[in-house]
Amino acid sequence: MAAQLSIAKALNEALRKSLENDPKTLLMGEDIGKLGGVFRITDGLQKDFGDSRVIDSPLAESGIVGTAIGLALRGYRPVVEIQFDGFVYPAFDQIVSQLAKMHARALGHVKMPVTIRIPYAGGIGAVEHHSESHEAYFAHTAGLRVVSPSSAHDAHWMLRQAIESDDPVIFLEPKRRYWDKGEVGDAADLGLYDARIVRPGTDATLIAYGPMVKVCLEAAAAAEEDGRRLEVVDLRSLSPVDFAALEESVKRTGRGIVVHEAPVFLGMGAELAARLTERCFYHLEAPILRVGGYHAPYPPSRVEEAFLPDLDRVLDAVDRALAY
Amino acid sequence: MTVKSTARARKKAAPGVPDTLRATGTDTQPELVQLLTPEGERIEHPDYPLTTTPDELRALYRDLVLVRRFDAEATALQRQGELGLWASLLGQEAAQVGSGRAMRTGDYAFPTYREHGVAWCRDVDPLNLLGMFRGVNHGGWDPNEKNFHLYTIVIGAQTLHATGYAMGITKDGADDAVIAYFGDGASSQGDVNEAFTFASVYNAPVVFFCQNNQWAISEPTTTQTKIPLYRRASGFGFPGVRVDGNDVLACLAVTRWALDHARSGNGPVLIEAFTYRMGAHTTSDDPTRYRPSEETEAWKAKDPITRLRALLEKEGLAEEEFFASIEAESEQLGLRVREGVRTMPDPDPTLIFDHVYAEPHTLVDEERAEYVEYAASFEAGENL
Ligand SMILES: Cc1ncc(C[n+]2csc(CCOP(=O)(O)OP(=O)(O)O)c2C)c(N)n1
Repeated sequence: MAAQLSIAKALNEALRKSLENDPKTLLMGEDIGKLGGVFRITDGLQKDFGDSRVIDSPLAESGIVGTAIGLALRGYRPVVEIQFDGFVYPAFDQIVSQLAKMHARALGHVKMPVTIRIPYAGGIGAVEHHSESHEAYFAHTAGLRVVSPSSAHDAHWMLRQAIESDDPVIFLEPKRRYWDKGEVGDAADLGLYDARIVRPGTDATLIAYGPMVKVCLEAAAAAEEDGRRLEVVDLRSLSPVDFAALEESVKRTGRGIVVHEAPVFLGMGAELAARLTERCFYHLEAPILRVGGYHAPYPPSRVEEAFLPDLDRVLDAVDRALAY
Repeated sequence: MTVKSTARARKKAAPGVPDTLRATGTDTQPELVQLLTPEGERIEHPDYPLTTTPDELRALYRDLVLVRRFDAEATALQRQGELGLWASLLGQEAAQVGSGRAMRTGDYAFPTYREHGVAWCRDVDPLNLLGMFRGVNHGGWDPNEKNFHLYTIVIGAQTLHATGYAMGITKDGADDAVIAYFGDGASSQGDVNEAFTFASVYNAPVVFFCQNNQWAISEPTTTQTKIPLYRRASGFGFPGVRVDGNDVLACLAVTRWALDHARSGNGPVLIEAFTYRMGAHTTSDDPTRYRPSEETEAWKAKDPITRLRALLEKEGLAEEEFFASIEAESEQLGLRVREGVRTMPDPDPTLIFDHVYAEPHTLVDEERAEYVEYAASFEAGENL
């Protein structure tokens, strides 16, 4: 492939390839047919694969996920789109109590190859319920896998890998990055659950995923002007977490800062900080710090910039880490 | 195929009585489809004809008796501390056996937690059902082996799984159909209503089989609905039928019709089996706090087993030896269930880590290794 694509287009191509490669793969969701989804991620797919494989569903999130479970039981590989992050909650029971547990309850006799795509997180000036980061709910649930790409290449290949997985995968698409372009290579260069060092450095490790990877890269570039060499690790998978890669990096730099949009309290950062502290204690020069959202509802868009971690908040944390 | 409309059922209603007033209650409902009266009289229904051989009638009787026996045994085992909980089907045998026997091999059932009689008809080993109530697993059987899905405890969730499965049948161009079981309480859940919508707009071959046993724990059906439940279907654009849920022949005939209707591409059907939960909701429940005993007494007169036995005896279709042989078989079943439960081994604690995921997951692998090491430290005496 080796083409410059937007993340949106890379996802679209991944869905197309998955539909081509496996006749059991189906897409379901609201407005994904003629409209191509509100973000156009499924653009043109219904035209090419027909409305029995690219299915406009009734407006019922529990119904979308619940029927996907039934289709998986019948041997299909459903890929469902939740229109926006904040609308997945009506399907929460079907995801955490049904989908996540079916394989275990059947003692392994049935598989649940269901992918749930969710455009998530903020930064696009949207109205309420269109900017939520709910990854911790899903990563907290055993039986689910949770991943989030940050580049066009990963968006493409991670989605294809997610669809091929026999486990349910929550696939979080950083919606404010949909239009960012990048090179999409012609093969997956990493496993779906591997972290990637996106910028090597020696003074501290910034750990991020999804929309915050770009912010961290910008922060690292700015810090370099002050002579600080920051390593940036893109987590890519939130369950499982590639702790080996994180541990290696943090032991090397002696400092770790986790950055995400979701509220800090009981978020991914809490888990990463706790585990890295256990594993790297004698290598640490500073506590693992966290930068993220406040313990408040996602705010109205005119003040979302204050809620979202930006370059300055990340650099501020770097200062604090280096001051120990 | 003609669509059974609710209008026909309404036509048979007693004149002058608004339907809404006859929605629930425990009196005999005029609009019930019935083929066998509580006194054991065989009656014909123009829309649901059923021919039965003496062998078939005896087989249905056997099912009813054995299912009741299994259920009674499980209740007893709970009392003896062998099971943590039991949800008895007492009184609902006809609804379950009638609908269960209407299914073909390729059809698929999605139960709640009380469908022991349907499991029996699907030839699922009754001991499999007890694992969950004993606490050795959360389901445990391979649903695809007998096309009987795992029990679902979250009320109504399985109706969507059934609908999705049925949508898959349509995509496969297969000749199968699905039954989704749920209760009158569950009919209020969003998932059930979403399942109705999906099934209707995609013409999915699914029969929604609501056992209206009059109660959802302590709440009567009047807390869930102001219209007879079968009439919900018309709002979603498919037929609804109310059947005498204590009449195994009517349940068989109506479900067979509904499954054929669904498998022929006509879309879903809602069946409301009008029945009664004779026992407690589960072994943890105390129905004396909310349910008048006269009500339970009145339903006793409609017992599904006595009425079929009355028919068999009246028509001379079964001799005393037959009833004795069923009794003996029932003793055997009781014995097998008792022994099976008491000797059911606890799983190895590492079961916790088995099958969390289909593919390897580093966190689970790590925690399993930690646990195994920790457990071994006791054996080695390190922690003594
Ligand atoms: C979503 C949900 N809410 C509450 C419960 C607790 N609960 C278990 S059974 C039950 C009553 C169900 O009544 P009904 O659907 O009529 O079925 P029945 O038990 O009478 O067969 C309730 C409230 C549950 N299992 N799931």
